[in-house]
Amino acid sequence: MAKYLLLKHYRGGPAPVVPFDPMDQWAPGEVDAHVQWMRDFAAKLEETGEYVNDQALSPEGTFVRYDGEGRPPVTDGPFAETKDLIAGWLIIDVDSYQRAIEVAGEFSAAPGQGGKPICEWLEVRPFYGSPSTIAE
Amino acid sequence: MNETLLRELIPAVTGVLVRRGADFATAEDAVQDALLRALATWPTAPPADPKGWLITAAWRKFVDATRAERSRLARETRVAAEPSPGATEGTADTLQLYFMCAHPSLTPASAVALTLRALGGLTTRQIAEAYLVPEATMAQRISRAKRTVSAVRFDEVGDLATVLRVLYLVFNEGYSGEVDLADEAIRLTRQVRSMIDDEEASGLLALMLLHHARRAARTTPGGTLVPLAEQDRSRWDTELIAEGVAILQAALARDRLGEYQAQAAIAALHADAQTVDETDWVQIVEWYDELDRLAGNPVVRLNRAVAVGEADGAHAGLSALEQADRAVPRYLAVEAYLRERAGDLSHAARLYGEAARAASNIAERDHLIRQAARLNGVVRG
Repeated sequence: MAKYLLLKHYRGGPAPVVPFDPMDQWAPGEVDAHVQWMRDFAAKLEETGEYVNDQALSPEGTFVRYDGEGRPPVTDGPFAETKDLIAGWLIIDVDSYQRAIEVAGEFSAAPGQGGKPICEWLEVRPFYGSPSTIAE
Repeated sequence: MNETLLRELIPAVTGVLVRRGADFATAEDAVQDALLRALATWPTAPPADPKGWLITAAWRKFVDATRAERSRLARETRVAAEPSPGATEGTADTLQLYFMCAHPSLTPASAVALTLRALGGLTTRQIAEAYLVPEATMAQRISRAKRTVSAVRFDEVGDLATVLRVLYLVFNEGYSGEVDLADEAIRLTRQVRSMIDDEEASGLLALMLLHHARRAARTTPGGTLVPLAEQDRSRWDTELIAEGVAILQAALARDRLGEYQAQAAIAALHADAQTVDETDWVQIVEWYDELDRLAGNPVVRLNRAVAVGEADGAHAGLSALEQADRAVPRYLAVEAYLRERAGDLSHAARLYGEAARAASNIAERDHLIRQAARLNGVVRG
């Protein structure tokens, strides 16, 4: 088994194949359908024993860094306009990389405006595991 | 009370219930309930016959759980009236349970989870913790596995190779929470070997013992990976090595070679060397040839290239590497190592860096980054 992070991006990924407006411009019913679909998807993965964790993130992000002893940290302001922002994630624990790709493929089919799949790009990142004993 | 001793009784108890006619999933739940009761009551009121106590408690639980189904009541009452089996019975039942938990219809992950629960007697929480997944996920994995094998007849002949494969997976699992999965795999493999006379079961046990013996030397206290060549051999567990070697020799003497025996033979040759330089690389290459013949796969060919590099020099190793598959994890690390040995330092440094980016765990990544940094330092002068 190996864990994978399926990462949803606000932007910064490949150009979308199905152009869609930001979610705040969808019809409320479309938003509900989208959110419910995500919940059902996570529940389905829990049933197959492949679910680990999921979380949606706000688009607001701030970059912060240390600026010396006794000084307040430096921030780049409340909005990170040009950076790639992470919209949320789903963590799965599956038997193979092929299965991770399959799950990501399904996950990308969440419904958007008009109930049609948004076909969003998802980034699939393997977790670092522990060293296996036999291979040494 | 020794919890490990208690857990050792579980497969036999589950086996008895299933043979008496309980369906596997309900039997397994009933035994878990009985186990929890035992943990609570035994410290104050230890039973004279622990196994008999567990069978009785689990059977009552099972009858309670199924009593609501009126159509089954008559059968249960009839079967419940049967005398308890003697204390020595249960070996065949236990072995059947191994075959069931590793049934080929299960995915590897499900077989591992079911084996740890029904044979290891671990709780769902303990297994979930060992695999770093939520308890609910592990509970689903186990109950799906139980549903899948519920269609399997208990008297069906299982596949020993699958059982051994599952135990090998448990041993190789690196995560550890409250339960040490390597210890657990060794305990279960010992049990299989005591029930079934098979060279590969012995080979697998020997392999586990020989690798387990090196565990203390494999990482620094801070978690940094120590390669085999740099391990402090005085920290290897000589008792485990002696036991592993003895088991392996007895198995090899029977002349029915299999992949676990061949792997154990390679581990034994490493264990046998007092220093790295004393390693018998020529014999190790021969064992890799055997292994390639028995279970040829890209990982074996990659490891063989390393051994050839040690036995016949880096250039021979690089030629052997051409027969391995570039897609295998660690290919780049091996190529980097051989290039460095061949004197091609800048190429090796670049490959170490690439290998670090492709590493599957942090300990390995850090090790490879250090190798790259070391060589880059040398190249720059």
